[in-house]
Amino acid sequence: MSASPLLSAWIDGVGLIAPGLPDWSTACAVLAGQDAFASAPSVLPAPALLPPAERRRASRVVRIALASGLAALDHAGLDPAGVATVFSASTADGHNCHALCETLASDDQRVSPTRFHNSLHNTPAGYWSIATGAMAASQSLCAHDASFAAGLLEALVQVGSSAASCTLIAYDAEYPAPLAAARPIPDAGGIGLVLSPTQGPRSLAQISVNLSDSPVTALADPQLDALRLAIPALRGLPLLELLATRRAGSAVLEYLAPLSLQVTVSPC
Amino acid sequence: MTPLHLAHHTVTSCVGDGLAPLRNALLAGTSGLKPYHIEGLGLDTWIGEIAGLDDSPLPPALAAYDCRNNRLALRALEADGVAEALRERIARHGPRRIGIVLGTSTSGILSTELAYRQRDPQSGALPPGFFYPGTHSTYSLAAFVREAFALEGPACVVSTACSSSAKVFAAAARLIRAGLIDVALVGGVDSLCYTTLHGFASLELTAAEPCRPYDAERKGISIGEGAAFALLERPPASLDAGAVLLLGSGESSDAHHMSSPHPEGLGARLAMEAALAEAGLDVDAIDYINLHGTATPNNDAAEGCAVAALFGARVPASSTKGITGHTLGAAGALEASVCALALADGFLPGSPNTRSADPAIPIDYLLATRRAAPRHAMSNSFGFGGSNCSLVFGRAG
Repeated sequence: MSASPLLSAWIDGVGLIAPGLPDWSTACAVLAGQDAFASAPSVLPAPALLPPAERRRASRVVRIALASGLAALDHAGLDPAGVATVFSASTADGHNCHALCETLASDDQRVSPTRFHNSLHNTPAGYWSIATGAMAASQSLCAHDASFAAGLLEALVQVGSSAASCTLIAYDAEYPAPLAAARPIPDAGGIGLVLSPTQGPRSLAQISVNLSDSPVTALADPQLDALRLAIPALRGLPLLELLATRRAGSAVLEYLAPLSLQVTVSPC
Repeated sequence: MTPLHLAHHTVTSCVGDGLAPLRNALLAGTSGLKPYHIEGLGLDTWIGEIAGLDDSPLPPALAAYDCRNNRLALRALEADGVAEALRERIARHGPRRIGIVLGTSTSGILSTELAYRQRDPQSGALPPGFFYPGTHSTYSLAAFVREAFALEGPACVVSTACSSSAKVFAAAARLIRAGLIDVALVGGVDSLCYTTLHGFASLELTAAEPCRPYDAERKGISIGEGAAFALLERPPASLDAGAVLLLGSGESSDAHHMSSPHPEGLGARLAMEAALAEAGLDVDAIDYINLHGTATPNNDAAEGCAVAALFGARVPASSTKGITGHTLGAAGALEASVCALALADGFLPGSPNTRSADPAIPIDYLLATRRAAPRHAMSNSFGFGGSNCSLVFGRAG
């Protein structure tokens, strides 16, 4: 295909929560091959920044989104109040959706107002803004299994057009039965990346991204690659593997066939 | 920013298919809303329903995407020559250089709602024909259009509730300016479903009468379904004077509440200011504002507060939701088309159903449509979760 323009940014912070990978420093050692991967359910911390009532009620998608995004901003040393965000997910809150659909299929179809506002695709973005006080632009995208790459593209073009930092928060969580059979996602997973237009003291690497039709990079460890394929947000793991090993190189991420996304990483 | 040409656009809503019936309704001040009651279930409201969707399945080749929302999308694309213009762009630029950026709030959730009424009594399983990626998935709208036109370029769905299909203009403009695509199909589609009918009723935001935006006695929204599409591209060397350009967009977050706007419309004001800044225009350059104006007491008070603070009472403004209802995730693109019609044809739309404008909101609220020659128009779209987007459009000449 004809050369696609290069989009580029500096990665200033990473957050990761996935099954068996509770945080970025643990994941770094696993992705770099220093520690073995041990599968375990994702651990989703309650969002400390939300008021107590909202914190207790926070759903799994809200928890995974807030925790992975805040971890990335903390890693970058940035106050979330001033940073634009791009949320990208293949699903909204699956458990809430199931409960709503059960009510709507029952004799008394009246729903709870909280269930209704929690049914939105942008519910995590709304809680993020309330929790952090961020009034900056915030995007909420969906591209099914390509949601990580779609979110990365949007975050990169935002960095390019605003000349300011932008946090990508890609996340997904499971549906309960019976929707789980139609859309099987085994657990919650999330990746937060703080992208900046210029190199800063916390910058980890520069990334350059272009549209490609090269085959998607698989992870060498079959268990980790199974995670990449099981949770759409974790389609970004090959990029995180390059960041973890701190070596220059490139990886091809799943996007919308026939397109893929080639990411070249140059560590600082 | 570099202005982008709104090369073709179309709207299908409860007033009819294509721009002609919408233009007529805007000029005549007529409404497409009708009553909707379900006894005993708390639904006593008015809706903007599109006739014929139940009886028109998608063609067999696209059957995997068959749901009310995608039927509406296909029907809308066939109006005003948008599908034909899209095919011409594909032939000219290639299928990888056309992006799809569409907005929806509920996508094909109606299919899941109905499937839950047909669960297997023993296992609880959904019926065998249920296909999540083509219907329920928030992305199914863009996936459907991408497959229907054999496109191979970037695509996504923006889903930020009622600002969704305003934000698609901002996102698509970024993709064009970054050089990733030459043309974007932007738009929004939302169709009636029980989630929104019962959901808005549970929040006591639906009115038992046709919605009356900015009326002193406004009582809530009328939910509508609708689809609006536009082709966005770099302007050619010469344009007709009546051609419409996207001049700027502004996005912000309220950081206030999930389902109530900031009381003084602070987030709304930030979005309007950002859109003006990107367009390089002063408040005095705006000749018309298409308000979000849902007709809930809080929304109109908050938005009115922000508009008054920024523009005073100098700029004629109206909400056109009394005509189409609140089409939720389609409202941003639908009302972008309203602005484009007003700019191209030379009129300022009024607000059918609004009897007397709320005296507590000190803006120049237009009750009746009048002829004028607006050069620049702003469109506001604000959604749950505190998601705000303002767009600025202008005439080429």
